[in-house]
Amino acid sequence: MVLQTIWFFLWGLLWALFFMTDGFDFGIGTLYPFLGKTDQDKRIMINSLGPLWDGNEVWLITAAGVTFAAFPTVYAVMFSSLYSVLMLILFALILRGVSFEFRGKVDDPRWRKIWDTCIFIGSFTPALLFGVVFANIFKGIPIDHNGIYHGTLFTLLNPYGLLGGVLFVMLFLVHGALWLAIKTEGDLHERAASVANKLWPVLLWVVVIFLIASRFFTHLYDNYLAHPALFLVILITVFALLSIKFFLAKRAFFRAWFASALTIVGSTFFGIVGLYPNLFPSSLNPKYSLTAQNASSSPLTLKIMLIVVIIFLPIVIGYQIWTYNLFKGKVTKEDLAYEEAY
Amino acid sequence: MDVVLLSRLQFATATMFHFLFVPLTLGLSVLVAFMETKYVRTGDETYLRMTKFWGKLFLINFAVGVVTGITLEFQFGTNWSRYSAFVGDIFGSLLAIEATAAFFLESTLIGVWIFGWNKISKKAHAIVMWLIAGAGTMSAVWILMANGWMQHPVGFTIRNGRAELVDFAAVVFNKFAILEFFHTVPAAYILSAFFVMGISAYHLLKKQHIDFFTKSFRIALVFGLIFSIFTAITGDMHGVHVTETQPAKLAAMEAHWETTTRAPLHLFAVPDEKNERNSVEIGSIPGLLSFLTRHDFNAEVRGLKDFPKDERPPVLLSFFSFRIMVALGALFPLLTIIGWFKRNRLVESPGYLKIMLWSIPLPYIAIELGWVLAEVGRQPWIVYGLMKTSDAASPVASSQVLISLIAFILVYSLLGAVGFYLIAKNARQGPAH
Ligand code: HDD
Ligand code: HEM
Ligand code: HEM
Repeated sequence: MVLQTIWFFLWGLLWALFFMTDGFDFGIGTLYPFLGKTDQDKRIMINSLGPLWDGNEVWLITAAGVTFAAFPTVYAVMFSSLYSVLMLILFALILRGVSFEFRGKVDDPRWRKIWDTCIFIGSFTPALLFGVVFANIFKGIPIDHNGIYHGTLFTLLNPYGLLGGVLFVMLFLVHGALWLAIKTEGDLHERAASVANKLWPVLLWVVVIFLIASRFFTHLYDNYLAHPALFLVILITVFALLSIKFFLAKRAFFRAWFASALTIVGSTFFGIVGLYPNLFPSSLNPKYSLTAQNASSSPLTLKIMLIVVIIFLPIVIGYQIWTYNLFKGKVTKEDLAYEEAY
Repeated sequence: MDVVLLSRLQFATATMFHFLFVPLTLGLSVLVAFMETKYVRTGDETYLRMTKFWGKLFLINFAVGVVTGITLEFQFGTNWSRYSAFVGDIFGSLLAIEATAAFFLESTLIGVWIFGWNKISKKAHAIVMWLIAGAGTMSAVWILMANGWMQHPVGFTIRNGRAELVDFAAVVFNKFAILEFFHTVPAAYILSAFFVMGISAYHLLKKQHIDFFTKSFRIALVFGLIFSIFTAITGDMHGVHVTETQPAKLAAMEAHWETTTRAPLHLFAVPDEKNERNSVEIGSIPGLLSFLTRHDFNAEVRGLKDFPKDERPPVLLSFFSFRIMVALGALFPLLTIIGWFKRNRLVESPGYLKIMLWSIPLPYIAIELGWVLAEVGRQPWIVYGLMKTSDAASPVASSQVLISLIAFILVYSLLGAVGFYLIAKNARQGPAH
């Protein structure tokens, strides 16, 4: 049914937008202990995402909410199968969120040290684990016909799953370093740019390995082989990945960041397109897989939700762009003197 | 221990903790928006300092509210997957609408409010706070609609082994949800008013920043006065509606065992669930329960014995949470009315100020107990009359839930301690000069 197919791709789009927006927050949080040499550097790093990270995180809430609304069975089976990983992600996000707010509220280096650690853990963990989760979904999850999961947390930490984790971490690190290069000046800016330059070749290798590994560990390419036009998704992604380097060489950081955003969306869609119509494939028996057809809500709910999304999504994107635009300048020392800054 | 029990404990921990912060977000956003508007209108710098001082407390509180909310969004899937699969068609869409229509606005604009002082005009900055307050209220609308549907499911049919939506308007205009909204949000306003009055009282007792805190106190006083009366009224309407929709809950919260006409109201009682009676009853007023629930002293009210034993909610907990909430609900209008008469000589009323300072926790207690009543009183049903809580939990290992429950208790205790410590620290420091 058309409605279910539309929702399948909307579902993918929401996850992609979450990775694209909160991705650079995760990246900067992971680079934080390495690039933040002085307290001032650290504060500039946090303030470069200060006005944005909370709005970015809502893409996750929406992606999860839409899974619940449009594909309730997927939401139920996915979230209960992945219980332990999701709890880890959750605790990480909790720590990250409060750290930004709490860190500057007591003037004591030990206090700040605690929240510095939380920012790192709270950013690195979700970056890695979302990669692990999605790679495992690409590969198939051991669920039976009742949607009961036959595995543990460690089942997910297989080579392909971990490769997915590394891929996400690398994507977000580059994405974050570029954002930092846009938002900073002076020494920190140079260091951010140089990190982006150094990490890019690594990212390229990880992407290539992931694309090849997917041929052996997943059935993602079946859809591509059936409809070769779909290879365009991969081509665009690789093209975006290469343009990061191109713009980096020209020190056009904003364009490079944009290319990196496209790379992230493309990488997500590489998987989504390959999965279709499966949302949550079973590795035990393809018959147990949850698909856009057998796991969706009723047509009425799908219709109502589509109307809601058609009205609100453009509005949301509109005011988020407005906010990005409002805070587009560089974060400077003067900005830190401003009393509301983190 | 079994998964259902652990999941219930975990859900109760997570929601009740979330709701320690939610009400202050809902109410203080309105108060801060009001103060900022006053500043824009009058240009009086005191109002700017008020906006910043109360705004700072608001933001610390908000941060904890946000991060604990995500837990709840995940938990329906992680811990209540059978429930989610059963109700997702309706319940899931309400949560998704909440995220798209409310959370986005709130979370995006909060950044603009914090960092935007020099980037947008004063007027636009004040409007941003009103929008934040509005978005918070919208999120309450949708989440309470979701909760209202569990309390009193409407607009659905059972098809393909689950509840499917047939009438969206019925879900949106569910009377139960509307009453919940008009009871919970004003209750949150009471809490915020008492928060502001209590902290103001602290400084007034120390005779510091007198003008600043007298103004703050008075704004909160009016707010608290209006909404404590409002809350009591909608609470009464709620009771009437619960009688119709969830008779077992009503019987439990009143410790009413036998179905009778001229049903009495017990001011105090100690329910004895094993022997199906009250071991102590003090101050029973004949006919009052009939009157309160059916507006007729002679009406019949169903008693607990009318319901099979396995369909009765825990009586003791329901009864006492209701009694304490209502007692506090009577106290709040009283305290605010006294305040109204003392509003022009607050500094000379240290006794009253002390009471107000120590009253800060009371609305927190009332609001949490209100939820305990609503949720525990709904048991054993997760969706009233349709699905039992015992059938709703995820097929996960109990060890997993036990570990996450322990982790929640640890992390949340720490978070709560730090959050309230920072709020108290900044509150005590007083405004910047
Ligand atoms: C009456 C109001 C009310 C109630 C009953 C609940 N919440 Fe809540 N929630 C809010 C009112 C609110 C709020 C005032 O809108 C918050 C508090 C701080 C904030 O940012 O928004 C919030 C935050 C908040 C967030 C973070 C949003 C963000 O990042 O901005 C999520 C995901 C949830 N909530 C989800 C839930 C769920 C799944 C609940 C049901 C069990 C729930 N809340 C009960
Ligand atoms: C924020 C205010 C709320 C508080 C303080 C609260 C409190 C509680 C408590 C104490 C329980 C445990 C009851 C028991 O197991 O005996 C519970 C259960 C539950 N509540 Fe709430 N609740 C709140 C809001 C909500 C909302 C808005 C929803 C749905 C949208 C909801 C859905 C549930 C579910 C699914 C359970 C678990 C099943 C159950 O035990 O009945 N709650 N809640
Ligand atoms: C004096 C009067 C009050 C009366 C008669 C009253 C009545 C009620 C009733 C009957 C319910 C149960 C609804 C259900 O089962 O779902 C309820 C729930 C609740 N009460 Fe009260 N209440 C009063 C005061 C208060 C106060 C002062 C607060 C907090 C400051 C409060 C907070 C709540 C909350 C948060 C709930 C759960 C949400 C809901 O169901 O609306 N109530 N109240």
